[in-house]
Amino acid sequence: MTLNRRDFLKLAAAEGATGAAAVTAVTAGGSATAIAQDLRRDPRPMPEDAVGLLYDSTLCIGCRACQVACKRANGMPVEVPEQYEAWNGGTWDTPTDLSGDTLTVIQVYQDGTMEQKDREVDGYAFVKRQCMHCTDASCVSVCPVSAMTKDPQTGIVTHHPERCIGCRYCVLACPFNVPRYEFDEAFGQIQKCQLCSNLPDQDIPACADVCPTGATLFGHTDVLQAEAQRRLAMAPGETYAFPRGTLLRAEDGGAPVTDRARQVAPVAHYRQDIYGEEILGSTQCRMLAGVPFGLLGLPEDVPTTSYASITEGIQHTLYRYMVAPMLLLAGLVVFAYRSSRRHRPEDWD
Amino acid sequence: MADVRTPKHAALGGRILTGPFIVLAALALIATYFLVQRFVFGLGAVTNLSDGYPWGIWIAIDLVVGTAFGCAGYAIALLVYILNRGEYHPLVRPALLASLFGYALGGLSVLIDLGRYWQGYNMFLPWLSQYNSVMLETALCIAAYLTVLMVEFSPVFLEKLGMRNVRQKLDRVLFIFIGLGVLLPTMHQSSMGTILVILGHQLSPLWQTQLLPLLFLVSALFMGFAIVVFEAVLASIGFRRPMETFILNRLCTAMAWLLLGFLVLRLADLVFSGNISFAFAATLDAVMFWVESALHLAALILLWPRSSRPSALRLFLSALLLLVAGTLYRVDCYLIGYHPGDGWFYFPSVGEIMVTVGIFSLEVMLYLVFVKRLPVLETVEAAYREEHAEHPEGTASA
Repeated sequence: MTLNRRDFLKLAAAEGATGAAAVTAVTAGGSATAIAQDLRRDPRPMPEDAVGLLYDSTLCIGCRACQVACKRANGMPVEVPEQYEAWNGGTWDTPTDLSGDTLTVIQVYQDGTMEQKDREVDGYAFVKRQCMHCTDASCVSVCPVSAMTKDPQTGIVTHHPERCIGCRYCVLACPFNVPRYEFDEAFGQIQKCQLCSNLPDQDIPACADVCPTGATLFGHTDVLQAEAQRRLAMAPGETYAFPRGTLLRAEDGGAPVTDRARQVAPVAHYRQDIYGEEILGSTQCRMLAGVPFGLLGLPEDVPTTSYASITEGIQHTLYRYMVAPMLLLAGLVVFAYRSSRRHRPEDWD
Repeated sequence: MADVRTPKHAALGGRILTGPFIVLAALALIATYFLVQRFVFGLGAVTNLSDGYPWGIWIAIDLVVGTAFGCAGYAIALLVYILNRGEYHPLVRPALLASLFGYALGGLSVLIDLGRYWQGYNMFLPWLSQYNSVMLETALCIAAYLTVLMVEFSPVFLEKLGMRNVRQKLDRVLFIFIGLGVLLPTMHQSSMGTILVILGHQLSPLWQTQLLPLLFLVSALFMGFAIVVFEAVLASIGFRRPMETFILNRLCTAMAWLLLGFLVLRLADLVFSGNISFAFAATLDAVMFWVESALHLAALILLWPRSSRPSALRLFLSALLLLVAGTLYRVDCYLIGYHPGDGWFYFPSVGEIMVTVGIFSLEVMLYLVFVKRLPVLETVEAAYREEHAEHPEGTASA
């Protein structure tokens, strides 16, 4: 290949320009990332009377009474996964995961010989899955038609099927994979736990109502958080009277009220972590466990801020009062007008 | 002056029912069979969608890739009307037509995919609007843009019907629609990136970034240009017309710069965030990342301005590469890089694939009917005249 001087200079200039452009773009990329990080909108506060569930994996005996009660209360059919069809004739409800027919499910972590409960190695542990009722819920943020809303008083994430268009963005976006769509129906709908607030006959969530050990406890989130902290502060083996059913804030500001006999039992080896307190802008349902939450199928290495606050930060910066789009439109229209004058489109044909 | 031009458009004429057309019609018919099943028995009867993968190829390909292909009108309008490069004028109408079909059929796919389509109109009820939803913004923008595209394309019908008066009146206000026709895709094409930001850790760090809106916008632009080049080359071969090589050359330069910007921005972001380390793991994500990046890079090398004029083959190849690369980026973002957790798997079913194939077939069928019956393409005489009058050194090769 031969290069004359002119070609060489052109090439050199082009290379230089490319290099400069690359450096500029790298810097721009970096600063754009940094700026984008700052676009986050403020975190949403939890409603004052926020309610939720405290699930204590160490108290759970895996009886699945919660699952059955939930099905009965919500009028949902028995579910038999394909792998159980050989021995399950269809009368025994054996879901393995949440679905359009299952709003809460007990799953189990198993390792090695499974000798001891709530132990990571050669042990096993239960986990109850249901909607976590996020303080700053992704499903509420993504829904285009307000079919997912957060009750302003209780903070319960509520679904309105009469509004829903079935786009399933909530199913995609939920970090806990909670909302489910009925894919097997011609006119399917989204299903998720609403803490039984949708059922007029149910004073408290059916799952907490029937839990024999108090592993699933319904109450105000701040009270549940205090209860969780109390349990973490106790020494393993120490005896404690665990509340069952509900644990609600006392109206006179006194000790929280529970409405049924407590279960006296020794305190287990807890991991010193309350799930839902700090992740993703916090959740109204909280969990305690003896094994890492990641092993129970819950997302663990996630930011403390909600994903909704990042997306909404970007959107509301770009579209604040529609100023930027309007200015852009004005500019575009002016350019298009000038251009149309020059092209004299009337003469085209 | 290159920009004071008087393009003349004419219908190509010729038979509609050609061999390829019948094949396309058969494919569309097969899609109809699966669609009937979808509406009678539900989404699960036809698709492999699940609660882990609630969005499949009807969204990732038909909508997200389909509308990126539909950015031909956006890209060319930006050049012709806003940046005032009048020399690209012969490409306007075919580009608008491609956009019209790309978007209309993208919208149709959404309707098919909606789980509660009979309530789909709720999207347009202001009292239900949820203004934090990126999807609301995207959907309203796409709906508005479809309307704008119809207005922008309507001169073709008005000419055909001989409604000169209406045409002239429309021309006087057309600049407003042209402005909107550039604003709206800027908004919704970037938003299709923003849609994924809220997925957080569920989207692989190789694709998850707050720059998704910018990356999707730039990628939509170069895919739009690529479709223009692709269609111009195909039309010149298929309909034995002279090729506007000179114009296409300049387009390639524009694409090269956009592509360079995209690649550098993407790489810089991955390096700054440290997420580049995920590209060196033994995962499908990493493989897809390298394939996707290599395709972009290959297109860039092909497109990079050289002293010699590019051949028709190089134009065609680079446009094709770019479309494949852009498609892969979108599919990576919407499907392959999405990890809903253990135990979930998605690969499109035969029914899903056939519906997608059918919808793209319908798009090509409509395109053929339109260019044969309506004044969409510039007349061959006009094209020759321009080419030889303005660039006598250039040869119109086919």
